[in-house]
Amino acid sequence: MSEMSALPGAVAGGLADISELGLQGMVTLKADLSAPETAAAVRAATGTAVPDRRRIIETETGAVAWMAPDELLILCAHDGADAMVTSLCNTLKGRHYLAVNVSDARAFFAIEGRGAREVLAKLAPVDLHPESFGPGEMRRTRLAQVPAAFWMTSGDSIRLICFRSVARYVFDCLAISARDGGEVGYF
Amino acid sequence: MLILTCPNCGLAADETELSPGGEAHLKRFGPGSEDADFEGYLFHRANPKGVHFERWRHAYGCGKWFLAARDTATLEVFGTYPAQTTEPPAEIITRIRARHPDWSPT
Ligand SMILES: [Zn+2]
Repeated sequence: MSEMSALPGAVAGGLADISELGLQGMVTLKADLSAPETAAAVRAATGTAVPDRRRIIETETGAVAWMAPDELLILCAHDGADAMVTSLCNTLKGRHYLAVNVSDARAFFAIEGRGAREVLAKLAPVDLHPESFGPGEMRRTRLAQVPAAFWMTSGDSIRLICFRSVARYVFDCLAISARDGGEVGYF
Repeated sequence: MLILTCPNCGLAADETELSPGGEAHLKRFGPGSEDADFEGYLFHRANPKGVHFERWRHAYGCGKWFLAARDTATLEVFGTYPAQTTEPPAEIITRIRARHPDWSPT
């Protein structure tokens, strides 16, 4: 388990505030999402239901996000991820599934402020207009040249996950996109 | 710009989120088949100017494969459908015929 996140304390500002959010527990669960046994296991581990297609449900300790027809991402405390995996393994024992602690394979960022949508929209092929995208939706996509996933916690606050190996690249892309003078003013 | 709707996650995905997977609905000829059939399966692909059926993967999105019918010359998309489909669905054929009355599957 890593004791240090990818870019501890990294911040940048301008059109929006970019910050690296430190260590974040993340567990990937691959399973038959339509099976009642999967729903029961997710409920037991997180307290919530299996989210609908492309949705993310916030929980007391994190969130549960739909990543693919057979995959969820569970966010939890960094030091609680192993226990989360154990819980899932216990309840899904004997079934066809996979539960892995991927916390240290990822980096986690916040993009906040009035320009947050615009900073991201310049980097991803996603319609980020408030009428098209808002809190509750999990979006996996391309950010510049690498994969990323993001969601909104409020109208001007975005959380973004990428692979840890490209954390610096993603942070720099976001920081450049957020530079003053780069407003598009579309939203 | 090509935009295909991924039937697995329902998103209208920009081409830059997708990986092309070549011609769809190939029939596999494996060990024991005629040499000519095996060669065709491995190497021979249709490359039409017009209606074409392709495999695509939502590589930067949900990661899943799907199939698409489109016009390679105009980029008109006739529809997308699950990868677990052995031949083009009837509604896709209907949509293609509406635009290309003379078209028939090869
Ligand atoms: Zn998809």
